[in-house]
Amino acid sequence: MDSMTLIAMVSIVTAGLCMAVGSIGPALGEGNAVKQALTAIAQQPDERNSITRTLFVGLAMIESIAIYCFVISMILIFANPFWSHAIARAGG
Amino acid sequence: MDILGLSKISPDQVILWQWHFVVIDITLLYTWLVMILLVGASWLVTRRLSSDIRVSRWQSLLEVLVSAMRSQIAEVSQEDPDRYLPFIGTLFLFIGLSNVLVIVPGYVAPTASLTTTAALSISVFIAVPLFGISRQGLLNYLKEYFQPTFIFFPFHVMGEFSRTLALAVRLFGNIMSGDKVVAILLAVTPLFFPMIMHALGLLIGLVQAYIFSVLAMVYIASATQSHEKKERKDQPEAEDVAQDTKHNPNA
Repeated sequence: MDSMTLIAMVSIVTAGLCMAVGSIGPALGEGNAVKQALTAIAQQPDERNSITRTLFVGLAMIESIAIYCFVISMILIFANPFWSHAIARAGG
Repeated sequence: MDILGLSKISPDQVILWQWHFVVIDITLLYTWLVMILLVGASWLVTRRLSSDIRVSRWQSLLEVLVSAMRSQIAEVSQEDPDRYLPFIGTLFLFIGLSNVLVIVPGYVAPTASLTTTAALSISVFIAVPLFGISRQGLLNYLKEYFQPTFIFFPFHVMGEFSRTLALAVRLFGNIMSGDKVVAILLAVTPLFFPMIMHALGLLIGLVQAYIFSVLAMVYIASATQSHEKKERKDQPEAEDVAQDTKHNPNA
């Protein structure tokens, strides 16, 4: 196996693993946040507006962790710096 | 239609025109397009405003937008919204319009490029201390960095940088992922599922525009009013308690 194949293999496996592991935490966190917000709205329907706004902002915060993972796996698949480096080495 | 290939994650890579170091890519082109649309439409509508009972439909659209933004800003900041409306409103309108226009074929949202979102979040990064200093003075603003003790200074500074990065990457990741999901689904199951994901992408685009501007407002509010809250805390909160029991039927 030459280095190109190795880099491609490791990148693809790591990208999948990054999404798989990295989305567990945010998924649990978002579920918990929505659960608590629903409970709060059920108890205090008058405060729905401020609860919803805070919920959205909080969800965005939690979701950004999953988005980081997604961006990293996108970089690994579509714009891999190691891959470009290996191609440049092989070409030059 | 497919300007941005599947293997390119940023519209910066599609270059239209180049002269030495001056590069015009489609991110810039569509940013200018969105800017022209916003400025042109606002200019056309505000050219003949009327305070009559009968207003034109475009004027009422603008009124709904502006009053909604004002009420949201007032709710978050708990003070006069006109101070923040130009900055926060511009952020919201620009991001919102550039995300919604993806229904036009051949258009790539400029917010799907990390350069645009980084520029937007850097402008928030600069605006936070500006608003803070103009509100509570340089010394009081700097004092916030040393609360509660001086040990927390590096953490405050780190927080400023990391939330700027988070703001940029969140918007970029959401819009870019919507784009990519549609492109991948088009290759796998054409027509129906990409359409649904596209509709979801429109919703996500608006929610992200809302979140970006609300977060910017929250950051600015935390820089401007941390001092006042402390003063308010000294007084007994009798009215608040009374209001809470009134709002809550279970209490």
